[in-house]
Amino acid sequence: MTAALSFENLTLGYDQTPAVQELEAEIPDGSLTAIVGPNGAGKSTLLKGVTGALSPLEGRIQIGGVEREDIAYLPQQSEIDRSFPITVVDIVSMGLWREVGAFATLGRGHRKRVQTALAAVGLTGFERRTIGSLSGGQMQRALFARLLLQDAKLVLLDEPFTAIDAKTMADLLGIIRRWHDEGRTVLAVLHDDITVRTHFPETLMLARQLVAHGPTEQVLTSENQFRARQMCEACADTPHSCGKSAA
Amino acid sequence: MIWELFFAPFAEFGFMRRALLGCIAVSVGATPVGVFLMLRNMSLTGDAMAHAILPGAALGYLVSGLSLGAMTIGGLIAGMVVALASGFVARITALREDASLAAFYLISLALGVLIVSTRGSNVDLMHVLFGTVLALDNAALILLCSFASISLIVLAIFFRPLVLECADPQFLRSVSGLSAVTHFTFLALVVLNLVAGFHALGTLMAVGIMILPAAAARFWAASIGGLVSAAALIAILSSLTGLLLSFHYSLPSGPAIILVAGIAYGLSIICGPVGGVIAQHLPRQQQLET
Repeated sequence: MTAALSFENLTLGYDQTPAVQELEAEIPDGSLTAIVGPNGAGKSTLLKGVTGALSPLEGRIQIGGVEREDIAYLPQQSEIDRSFPITVVDIVSMGLWREVGAFATLGRGHRKRVQTALAAVGLTGFERRTIGSLSGGQMQRALFARLLLQDAKLVLLDEPFTAIDAKTMADLLGIIRRWHDEGRTVLAVLHDDITVRTHFPETLMLARQLVAHGPTEQVLTSENQFRARQMCEACADTPHSCGKSAA
Repeated sequence: MIWELFFAPFAEFGFMRRALLGCIAVSVGATPVGVFLMLRNMSLTGDAMAHAILPGAALGYLVSGLSLGAMTIGGLIAGMVVALASGFVARITALREDASLAAFYLISLALGVLIVSTRGSNVDLMHVLFGTVLALDNAALILLCSFASISLIVLAIFFRPLVLECADPQFLRSVSGLSAVTHFTFLALVVLNLVAGFHALGTLMAVGIMILPAAAARFWAASIGGLVSAAALIAILSSLTGLLLSFHYSLPSGPAIILVAGIAYGLSIICGPVGGVIAQHLPRQQQLET
């Protein structure tokens, strides 16, 4: 199986302070992988590195057969200005950017696909609502509709279920399952072990350095989780010296 | 009576008709830009940019007197330099854009005041600061109308990236390289409209016609289209009323127009149906009935 992503001796960080260190891992094409680990383990940083928003301090990220535009990314704390008077249908339509671009008009086919995407996330009838009037769950549904339209080969989700009701979470997990069935590669940063065990076949556990990577039941052991916490605590005490010697 | 109050000034005096046309051009061009400034929480940026164009206009004045062309080009260059320099500093250093803009516009303003005071008399300074809406000649009118048209056309072309840059900048950066281009195009539009505005209303009052109607419109409309229309309408009505007041009571016209816009803003806060004071305190009967 080819790798959609390979991390080669990857070190990522801010202001020369590493948040992810010397990571070696391959994410197989078409896999559905959860990224887990304690707070401050570098999970979000890793996704930012894949999107290209953050350049590696050392090593590199190889993206196999996927252009940068083929990556769809849902950040944890979206910079969306919820007070901006834009309607649900308009913000969701932006998912077609790669096809439509900045200046062309949306054709009838495009509009139909926007409707289909809205229906898929259960937001039919919300088209004309402004985003400020949506609940947290409804907003997340809208952002998933936009991800659907982006039609990306590689989907990156950063804690997509934080502060979301159970029904919405179940619906959105259905969409992630659908992406997996369509052969897309999905990487999701998650906190809830039960969700990971039930829905994600692969898991990558991170504590700045790689703890374990492979089938979820082999990775998500209490032994590994304990080790991950210890590694992160060691790093928190001495932020600059948690290189190979500390590990 | 009504004829004499509202129509005679414009029917009888050419300078009033010119003033009205100039104000309408400025209103239509500047208010959409003002709406976006407000939506991006950049209302004070307009004020900073207005100060920034002063040295350019003053330098133009120093070189060739009260010349439309020289002062326009000078103002445009000064505004663009400040916009680009502050954007550049914000992108390569840790200093945020508002701080670097404040730094650059203050330098620019000091330079402008210095240039004006080395040569101009106080009357000239008043011209630059408060405009000459009652003395607009043909060339000035053509300039105001052209700038308003250019502004509207560019805004129409960049509408989608601009909306996305405001609503979800992270997403725009992830799908397109247009983020920086959009931002600077928008700042260029701010400068363009302020330069047009300062011929009519002066550098200080030009910001007023950009921001006040936009802020007032927020209480009348919820969509972008509605906001832009409402803001333009408020600006035009304020111009009309302000010009009439200045005619009948011999008031300086620029401040009169902006004060009327200010009154419109005050009334909007109280009476506006979208989040106005009265609307907020009305019992929500309609919702209970449905």
